[in-house]
Amino acid sequence: MARIGVFICHCGENIAGTVDCAKLAQVSAKIPGVVHSVDYKYMCSDPGQTMIKEAILQKNLTGVVVGACSPRMHEPTFRRTCAEVGLNPFLCEMANLREHCSWVHEKNDVTTDKAIDLVRVIVEKVKRNKPLFPIKVPVTKTALVLGGGIAGIQVALDVANAGHKVLMVERDPSIGGHMAQLSETFPTLDCSQCILTPRMVEVAQHPNITLYTYSELDSLEGFIGNFKAKIRKKARSIDEKLCTGCGVCSQKCPIKKIPSEFNAGLGLRTAVYTPFPQAVPNKPVIDRENCTYFLKGKCRLCEKVCPANAIRFDQEDQIIEADVGAVITATGFDIKHTDFFPEYGYGEYPDVIDGLQYERLASASGPTLGAIKRPSDGKVPDTVVFIACAGSRDPAKGIEYCSKICCMYTAKHAMLYRHKVHHGKAYIFYMDIRAGGKMYEEFVRRAVEEDGVNYIRGRVSRVYEQNGKLIVKGADTLLGAEPVEIAADMVVLATAGIANDGAEELAQKLHISYDSYKFFAEAHPKLRPVETNTGGIFLAGACQAPKDIPDSVSQASGAASKVAGLFSQDELTREPVIAVVHRTLPPVLSTCVGCFLCKSACPYQAIEQEEFRTRDGKLIKTVAKVNPGLCQGCGTCVALCRSKSIDLQGFSNEQVYAEVIALLDRSTSDVVV
Amino acid sequence: MSSFEPQIVAFVCNWCTYAGADLTGTSRIKYAPNVKIIRFPCTGRIDFMLLLKAFARGADGIIVSGCHPNDCHYTSGNFHARRRWMVFRRLLDFLGIDVRRVHFFWISAAEGAKWAEMVNETVETVRKLGPFEHYQKLTTAGVA
Repeated sequence: MARIGVFICHCGENIAGTVDCAKLAQVSAKIPGVVHSVDYKYMCSDPGQTMIKEAILQKNLTGVVVGACSPRMHEPTFRRTCAEVGLNPFLCEMANLREHCSWVHEKNDVTTDKAIDLVRVIVEKVKRNKPLFPIKVPVTKTALVLGGGIAGIQVALDVANAGHKVLMVERDPSIGGHMAQLSETFPTLDCSQCILTPRMVEVAQHPNITLYTYSELDSLEGFIGNFKAKIRKKARSIDEKLCTGCGVCSQKCPIKKIPSEFNAGLGLRTAVYTPFPQAVPNKPVIDRENCTYFLKGKCRLCEKVCPANAIRFDQEDQIIEADVGAVITATGFDIKHTDFFPEYGYGEYPDVIDGLQYERLASASGPTLGAIKRPSDGKVPDTVVFIACAGSRDPAKGIEYCSKICCMYTAKHAMLYRHKVHHGKAYIFYMDIRAGGKMYEEFVRRAVEEDGVNYIRGRVSRVYEQNGKLIVKGADTLLGAEPVEIAADMVVLATAGIANDGAEELAQKLHISYDSYKFFAEAHPKLRPVETNTGGIFLAGACQAPKDIPDSVSQASGAASKVAGLFSQDELTREPVIAVVHRTLPPVLSTCVGCFLCKSACPYQAIEQEEFRTRDGKLIKTVAKVNPGLCQGCGTCVALCRSKSIDLQGFSNEQVYAEVIALLDRSTSDVVV
Repeated sequence: MSSFEPQIVAFVCNWCTYAGADLTGTSRIKYAPNVKIIRFPCTGRIDFMLLLKAFARGADGIIVSGCHPNDCHYTSGNFHARRRWMVFRRLLDFLGIDVRRVHFFWISAAEGAKWAEMVNETVETVRKLGPFEHYQKLTTAGVA
């Protein structure tokens, strides 16, 4: 016979303000099976929890119902309370009296009646709850890092230095990401490559890190601690073991006019190429879309000149299967390009460029070797206009957020221009200057005060070409929206940072959520910023939202510490809310008839086949069996089962039917108190 | 008829709609108290026999709500629920139960205001339909 204790929380005034808690406790006491029913101001407080513990011991309770806030808030708290005095935690449930009742209804009898209904439903459920025991699953102590930019590099190094294996998958032929493209970094003006490339080399040489460049994640299955990843290593057309990285193939390749991705289209590369001199690994790749041999079946010049005989035209994509325990997505971001802006000429003016292109111009490894020369004719521009918030914070463009990094890098761009072109004039059109960060505001002041950058607060309505100049028309809102017209030689747009190409597809492969801009969603915006809602999958860097290098690195180290925490245990404990298939003694063995509808419905491939055989090996019956490591407890199989042979622990048929019946049976609420 | 307050049972998933209804609470948006929620891990778990049981026990209307398509915490449970609903509504119709008594929708964990709106809309629709007496009539006729 069930002995249930009901504990009604006032939550200060939050519940007691609209629900008559004393009456609720008195009525609950009359529900059959309830042997103890009290109300108290704060059940989650220490005295409140002590009340529960004492009642369990004194009244020998077999179940506990706490009528308080949402179980999403405090179910773990109260379950722990029960466990402390030896009551199985799964015999404790919560009735949601706050979020689903007192906060959403007026103070009256109807609200109290609803609260009574909610408590009765949970009492009827708890009467049928069974003690459950956590499931232990092993942890594969290997992390899969997706993306080899600065965030991915930081995660990989931190996890590898903690003593765990790391697989790093990078889509491009080299790791390094956007940071490798940058000239100098704000607010210290450190050379970006000088601080990044040692890290890239460290990744390549680390004994715990296996690097897969020019590779992508094909699929991911499994669950926290036990994922199975398939990595597609795209055909590089080069035998990486033989290649010495001498570069003769690139020098001789006759196809020389392909816009270089690394130089943001401002430089050219060959069809067999290494993206940049410091690439890791420093091995070329044949771009099959532009290679003459792959297009026309002739050439093979690189093969003839390669001293190591490393060219492999017949190489195929390779699928690598790996067991991993955690996945960190650090797939980064992209920027809007100039062709997104009709008002600035749809990308038709070669001297209207985006921020990344400017970075390449200013970089010593760039197409101009660091000299600021405009793309159209290679002249040094005398006047440069920088336009901040190009696309960002603009609902009309569908990008309502602030891209966060542009204020700072625009100040840096203008500063670098003034350092390199002393007679040049730099103008920045801005909406607000957002320079929150250590030494950031000082950096912007330096641009204005020491380097003489002209800041104009206002937006640019149009950029057009006239007599070889780019006319920038805008307004100065600090001078009463006075129209401003500047004849510039070059215009740099600080275009919005956006989610990377393929982010949505990747999110679906990983079963993680993403926001309306396709940035990946963290589990909690404040308290769980590096986790996703899917256990074992973590976030680092700008794939979550635009962020600068220090923020990306911090988040990456945060994600790495979460992974190290996960890997510090040999076994994981999982909630036992999983499906089970009916079993009984011979000759029936199970009511399951082996139709395996459940198997086709299961999203986790958790349904296996079990054969019952006689001693001499004759097959009696094949029935379903749930793999407790794979089952996530969605219960789709339960609703489909024709013979009701499969049930979900914690949400069993017996429990949920009892809840429905109790909800609509108001006989106990009519009890006069 | 004017004093008729419909009894509505809401079958919701834990990850989206239950959390969405929590958000309605935290946002202090008021809605009709006629709806009571039963929590399930996923809409995929909701056996539609439960809906019939609710009608048999005197529910006047039913809400089934879960995650938006593609947002299911368990990948595909809500698709199963949707497919089941497409079949089940025809069965309801065949049984002579007004399908407007069952409301099936998606509410995410961020759509607290939408939950209040949908509850109020459902309550009004069911209020107009009046009490569900179909089953009781069968019982008194000695059929069920």
